[in-house]
This record gives sequence, structure tokens and C-alpha cells, in this order.
Amino acid sequence: MVPLHYYLFLSAILFAIGAAGVVIRRNLIVVLMSIELMLNAVNLTFIAFARALGSMEGQVIVFFVMTVAAAEAVIGLAIIISVFRHRQTLDPQEMLLLRW
Amino acid sequence: MILFFILAALSVIFSLAVVFQRNPVHSAMALVATLFLVAVLFLTLDAPMVGFLQILVYAGAIMILFLFVIMLLNPEALERRRVFWWGLGSTAALVLIVEMAALLSAIPAREGRIAAVAEGFGSPEMLGRTLFRDFVLPFEIASVLLLVAIVGAVVLAKREL
Repeated sequence: MVPLHYYLFLSAILFAIGAAGVVIRRNLIVVLMSIELMLNAVNLTFIAFARALGSMEGQVIVFFVMTVAAAEAVIGLAIIISVFRHRQTLDPQEMLLLRW
Repeated sequence: MILFFILAALSVIFSLAVVFQRNPVHSAMALVATLFLVAVLFLTLDAPMVGFLQILVYAGAIMILFLFVIMLLNPEALERRRVFWWGLGSTAALVLIVEMAALLSAIPAREGRIAAVAEGFGSPEMLGRTLFRDFVLPFEIASVLLLVAIVGAVVLAKREL
């Protein structure tokens, strides 16, 4: 059986890659996909701990995280479509109206 | 053990592809592959129900929505690289990985050993029992959240806001 650390370390790597994607990319859709990647890394941690502790609560939390991620993706994409209609761009650096 | 290392290596490679592919459609396909691999990892952790939900809901429904929006908008195929943000993001990610590795290596090895679980752990029946016995209120709140998301998406995506 694979020790718990290995799953946690893999999850940390995936989370860090997702966080790097949020900073590096300048396409709003890819930024949203990086956020999904981070959520998935956290789900992996929950499942690994649920298995190690032998309790079902972790898996139920993952179920809720998936629900919230679906709602977040839908609303995020709707906002992106709405912004694209007004500005004709997906670059977050161009959206300065509320910044200063 | 070998299965874990193969899955881990592939999921890291594909998640790097999500971030470093410059074409958003390629990023989305790499993300689908990553989600599949993580779902297989869920199966190895005795969570079959959550693993199949991950494939159906994430890799199926959500990623189709992403691909649909990418192909609907598609402003420019390739984006320019930004050296400053590239360096900042990579450095922050490396610092995060090193920090978590240091924390995890501080855990004694016997703490990380995984015990055996009862028969049927992670089955739909057991997930349903836990969900509807201990988590009924969060379940109802999640359903209201989904309703709000539906209404919000319709309002936001309407032509005249």
C-alpha cells in the first residue's frame, strides 16, 4: 500500500502547478481551468485522508466541492462571455475599469 | 506502488501541459487527461463512487462547457509570453512545493501508514448513507446553490445586461 505522504505530496505538486497557472496565464478561460486544477488537488488530499482515517466524511466533502466547482465554472464562464461581449478580449490585464 | 508512480508522473506532466500549452484547446484537453488520472487515483484509494462522479461531472460536463466557451469566443489562438509573470509564477510554485515537502518529510513514517477499511468502503450505498444521515442540511444548501448558479448564468449570459 502506498503511504499517505505520497498522495499528499502529489496533491501539493498539482496545487502548486495550478497556482502558477493562475499567475502566468493571460487567458481568463485558462486561469479558470487552473483553478479547477487546484480544486482537484485539494479533492485528492480529502480522499487520501478519508482512506487513511477510514471515514466517509472526506468523500462527502469532495462531493460538495464538486458541486461548488460546477457552480463556479458555470458562473465564471458566464461572466467571461459577458466581459468578452463588451471588451472583445480575454486578457485580464486589459480589464482596468475597476482597478484605478 | 508502481501504478501510483505511473499515475503521479502522468498527472504532473499533463497538469504542466495545462499551464504551459499556449493554445487554450490543448490546455483543456490536457486538463481532461489530468482529471481522468486523478479519478483513477481515487479508485486506488477505495473511492469508486467519487471517482466515477469525477469522470462524469468534471471530465464530462464541466470540461465540455469549457471547450464550448473556448470555441465560441476564441479571440486569438496564441497568447504572448510574459517573462516577468512567468518567472514570478514558477518561483512561487517551486517555493510552495519545497515548503510542503519540508512539512511532509517532518511527519514520522508510521503516521503515514494506511490501515485496512471495512468491506464496501466508498461504495454508493455508504456514500449515500453518510450524505443523507449526517449531511442533509449541506446537501439542501448545495441544491439551492445550484439553483442560484442556473439563474445567475442565464441572467449574465443574456444579450442585454
